[in-house]
Amino acid sequence: MPLRSIKRNKNKEVCTIYRGIPASPGVAIGKAFLLNREAVEVKEKKIDENEIQKEILKFKKALDETKRELFKIKEKVAKRIDPDHAKIFEGQILILEDDLINDRVIERIKQTRNNAEFVYKKVVEQTIQTLSSSTDEYLKERILDINAVSSRLVYNLLGIKHLTLESIDSPVILIARTLSPADVVHMKKESILGFATDVGGETSHVALLAKSMQIPAVVGMKDLFDQIQTDQSIILDGTKGEVVICPDEKTLEEFEKRRTYILKKTVELSELKLLTAETQDKRKIELSANIELPQDADSALEYGAEGIGLFRTEYLYLAQSDLPTEEEQYRAYEEVASKVFPKSVILRTFDLGGDKFGQNLGILYEANPFLGWRAIRACLDLPELFKIQLRAMLKTSAKKNIKIMFPMISEVEELKKAKALLEEVKDELKHKKIPFDENIEVGIMVEIPSAALAGDSLAKEANFFSIGTNDLIQYTLAVDRGNERIAHLYQGFHPAVLRLIKETIDAGHRNGIWVGLCGEMAGDPLATVLLVGMGVDELSTSAMAIPEIKKIIRSITFEEAQRLADQILSLSTINDIKKVLIEDYAKRFGRDNK
Amino acid sequence: MVERKVEVINKLGLHVRPAAMLVQKASKFKSEIRLQKDDLEVNAKSILSVMALAAQMGSFVIIKAEGEDEALAVEELAKLFEEKFGEE
Repeated sequence: MPLRSIKRNKNKEVCTIYRGIPASPGVAIGKAFLLNREAVEVKEKKIDENEIQKEILKFKKALDETKRELFKIKEKVAKRIDPDHAKIFEGQILILEDDLINDRVIERIKQTRNNAEFVYKKVVEQTIQTLSSSTDEYLKERILDINAVSSRLVYNLLGIKHLTLESIDSPVILIARTLSPADVVHMKKESILGFATDVGGETSHVALLAKSMQIPAVVGMKDLFDQIQTDQSIILDGTKGEVVICPDEKTLEEFEKRRTYILKKTVELSELKLLTAETQDKRKIELSANIELPQDADSALEYGAEGIGLFRTEYLYLAQSDLPTEEEQYRAYEEVASKVFPKSVILRTFDLGGDKFGQNLGILYEANPFLGWRAIRACLDLPELFKIQLRAMLKTSAKKNIKIMFPMISEVEELKKAKALLEEVKDELKHKKIPFDENIEVGIMVEIPSAALAGDSLAKEANFFSIGTNDLIQYTLAVDRGNERIAHLYQGFHPAVLRLIKETIDAGHRNGIWVGLCGEMAGDPLATVLLVGMGVDELSTSAMAIPEIKKIIRSITFEEAQRLADQILSLSTINDIKKVLIEDYAKRFGRDNK
Repeated sequence: MVERKVEVINKLGLHVRPAAMLVQKASKFKSEIRLQKDDLEVNAKSILSVMALAAQMGSFVIIKAEGEDEALAVEELAKLFEEKFGEE
């Protein structure tokens, strides 16, 4: 596939199409805005003897300006988040004011007659080097603070504006080399029409968040950042995974049509929302939504979700800088529970670690975060923190529409330990006479191959399974889902993955529990008939995908779905499997659809 | 000159936040205040220097003050260490 194609519009500007990985559907048309957070290039310059005082003054002015900025951030953090966290910025201000650096900078400007930014950068580098010579483990963090301060000051010396995502308030399409999940949480939907990043894969958490916030996004653009300028007119197509720079009128028209079409289709499909997801021969599939933030429950209901199949509670954590208190968690869970009542909510306990970095949990750098200390592993090591979450969850359950789910379970002992902690919290609540659902359903995410293969023993300890295909695929195929070089190896239709899914469903049913699926695959129209045929009881996906999946389920019979599943499970290559699925889909729903 | 040996008992050691508290407190005194850990001695009023001590939990730091308010300075700085810089 060609990376880009070039044509010229009538102003003779080059119209270029870049292709990346589609991350969140929808079309955005607007002006590009480059998020420039790179270290800027600082050049060495000589100044005249009589300019030295001016240069020193420039340096002092930049110090003042930077101090004012940091002070503002500090005040904001103190007021809106936590006065304790403001201390970090007090520390940054002290670093900024430290004469260890500043005296040396002024001295050196006089001596070398170099420009202030060049001298400052050199002195900071030397200071960091002296710090690095110690063997301290926490040094990295300290250097981060020094870097944050010094890059802010260099920006001010050069007169470049420093930007946070919250401060963007005119509608733009954001272009960045990389974004963190927390960045996305901070985006204002009315000002960020869409975004593109150079790194990332289809199921990175940045992509998942964008989808749930319904912000069109393309990731894995490789070098788009270097090819584009702020204020250029661009089109971003998150469905196809394309970015068009300087579109000509015809292209613009085309995409405007596409944008309207996608919007219309969304409306049309949302009319399906009152109907149940039931096959023609009356096999009912529970179709629910995955959410990240309490407010996502509204759009879940709007698109006809029959419940919340996965509430990724760790985003409560990512939206702020410290672990949410029991009260904050309770309020978030309660908000969702009462919004969807009498429908139910599956609360998944914190899945921190991996690319959702949790400094405050003490999760420092790990060579292999996805194989590391995360999710249930971290929670079992921090039982007191974990029990705060379990308590908040149980307290929300009095109306009996809450289920609890543990992530990253790899063997029965882990589940037993987690359940034992839950029992402790239950006893405590009983003792304090706080009402909760004593028969609350407790399930697990099946997302590690070992869990999929130990389905029978796990099913005896769980009330339900929910298959997390994103991690299951990555762990089965040993593919880092965020690495764009090998993203093509990340294949849900790999026969081994499908067999693990089938085995999990069968093990659940053999032991009388229901089995759902909450990964990306649940929202892939190409997979729906197959999954129904394999016997899945519930599918949980992003809200926007629900109408289309429902339409598919309502158009098939369970019997023919089972036949397709049998056929697929007998095939041995990804290509054969995809070919059959695409042909089957085209036969049913027409070729133009996908 | 007044001296006192204190132990770092807060979990994360003298990272940015406690170092900031220490420097802010030290700067309120007129005395010259220095911190010593092993054979490294630094100015307690410079955050970068304090951070350079790399004082982790369990390490010992000697607070030294010289000047008109030396006794009070050592007293108050030692208190910060004892109170774990308000952590936990």
